Amino acid sequence: MTDDGQVTYREAMRAALGDALREDDRVFLMGEDVGMYGGTFAVTLGLIEEFGPERVRDAPLSESGFVGAGIGAALGGMRPVVEVMTVNFALLALDQIVNTAASLLHMSGGQFNVPIVIRMTTGAGRQLAAQHSHSFEGWFAHIPGIRVLAPATVEDARWMLGPALDDPDPVIIVEHGTLYGAKGDPGTGPVDIDRAAIRRPGSDLTLITYGGTLPTTMAAADRLAEEGIDAEVVDLRTLRPLDDATFCESVARTHRAVVIDEGWRSGSLAAEISARITEQIFYELDAPVGRVCSAEVPMPYAAHLEAAATPTVEGIVAASKQVVGRDG
Amino acid sequence: MIVADPQTRLAMFGDMVRVRRFEERCAELYTETKIRGFLHLYIGEEAVAVGVLHHLGPDDAVVGTYREHGHALVRGVPANSIMAEMFGRYEGCSRGRGGSMHLFDAATRFYGGNAIVGGGLPLAVGLALADKMQGRSNVTACFFGEGAMAEGEFHESMNLAALWDLPVLFVCENNLYAMGTALERSESVTDMALKAAGYAMPSWAVDGMDLDAVWDAAGHAVQAIRAGGGPQFLEMRTYRFRAHSMFDPERYRDKAEVTGWKERDPIETMRERLAAGGVLDDEAMTSIESAATAEVDEAVAFADAGTLEPVEQLTRWVTSEPEEAQP
Repeated sequence: MTDDGQVTYREAMRAALGDALREDDRVFLMGEDVGMYGGTFAVTLGLIEEFGPERVRDAPLSESGFVGAGIGAALGGMRPVVEVMTVNFALLALDQIVNTAASLLHMSGGQFNVPIVIRMTTGAGRQLAAQHSHSFEGWFAHIPGIRVLAPATVEDARWMLGPALDDPDPVIIVEHGTLYGAKGDPGTGPVDIDRAAIRRPGSDLTLITYGGTLPTTMAAADRLAEEGIDAEVVDLRTLRPLDDATFCESVARTHRAVVIDEGWRSGSLAAEISARITEQIFYELDAPVGRVCSAEVPMPYAAHLEAAATPTVEGIVAASKQVVGRDG
Repeated sequence: MIVADPQTRLAMFGDMVRVRRFEERCAELYTETKIRGFLHLYIGEEAVAVGVLHHLGPDDAVVGTYREHGHALVRGVPANSIMAEMFGRYEGCSRGRGGSMHLFDAATRFYGGNAIVGGGLPLAVGLALADKMQGRSNVTACFFGEGAMAEGEFHESMNLAALWDLPVLFVCENNLYAMGTALERSESVTDMALKAAGYAMPSWAVDGMDLDAVWDAAGHAVQAIRAGGGPQFLEMRTYRFRAHSMFDPERYRDKAEVTGWKERDPIETMRERLAAGGVLDDEAMTSIESAATAEVDEAVAFADAGTLEPVEQLTRWVTSEPEEAQP
């Protein structure tokens, strides 16, 4: 922690994990390089020294195996926090997440709930190319039976893990790779994982986003303010279940909306949010809902192409001007 | 070979008969369209579930496949609730949400009912991990077919279980066909016990048509696990007498092969052996048969009289409802 009380997103997450391990013997961490290495993104750095290799458990490269083992351990009375390095690798465990973790409660007629937390990084911005940079959280948000959290602020990184562990059902936490170094006030908790948050109030339009694109969206809102456009920014925070009430209430006030989502446009979370706005408050709209998503290409390595593929401040500003009728 | 005491052998024989009669009735009920969906019968493989599960105590856990009626019955899941589940009734063990492939029962620690081939293996590893981390001496028995050994999850699970020295009993039910694909057409190494040995795991190939042999091998393996010997692997060489499922026209294997295996029917083999040894007389046989028939009759009546859950409750149990009393 620095003198001004600020910590990094990474430190906030680590503090949350430390708390969880300290407070509940049933909690253990498991995943690739979480122990001796200290976490690929240094989130779990030092935890093995305090809690030992049983509770900060290095797993071999076998995503389906150790995510499945986490599910089994949850059934056996533990509270596993499983780390999968990136959301791309989580696809190797997709069967266990979808066909077992998310389905088991229903499939067993309510007998077996699965209290597992699965953490993973997501998103582009670090020139890691197509197999380390995608944003698949929208896929997980598609699945009934799991909760999907996307902490975008240091405070959420610090305090979302507690309620995630209290949830009797599977929770996926997606952490955008570009956020780990971000600094902020960790706050004192707790946070409400059922509610979206208004990160910036405004009256001319609503920008709806989550996770890694929140800072980009906030910067775009600043830029719009310079041009006399007062944007409200809604951070979804929880991608499933979506808090329709908060973003619809905001759009009903501003009458205009742009959804910013680092996922691909086709079949995206942005598409779902846009549809819900249309279904629920169509007659409040003064313009079609805009969307700023990633270009429909596998993520390129070259920095300029990667930047062009993902939502940018300029792109958000342009889309916003269009919905407020100032695009000329 | 260690042979069980006469009482246990009789009880196990009775369980094989129960499973056989239950499933024969299921096939009829399927034809009558009382049971729908996929129905995978275990007929011919009964000795495996019976011989293994008789070594487990109430605190041990069981992970089954989609061909799991036998495992569930022998584990102690009531026949009534299994049959009601197949009828899609609310009184079923999974409240009609699972059907034949997804039998679950918390009371007997019966964790499926898993229809993703290989998908149950990591689950078993995790259940065993939880036991080990909490200092419990339970065993998790994990049943899977030889088809699952071609899946990546088999490798990952074996590696994890051996690496972490977990109390899992892996029971491969090698019935020679992954649906319709013969073992030699799907595996580079067809000796499954040899394959398992590559994970530094004690492994044995067992005649899965011989109840005494299964019981003996499973006994040694469970004892080794309880003594802290880590995971053990049993390849049960067995055969299913029926098609893969009720939809299977069975074009992939010839009748002579099936007939040959039927001559090694585990129930007949055991009946003759017990009779020859003076353990089973005609009266006892009649009593076992009539008890099995009565149990199945009652299960069918129970399922028939079962109720359909109101459609308004469709979205129950997608997420937990902690405050709601379990029905």
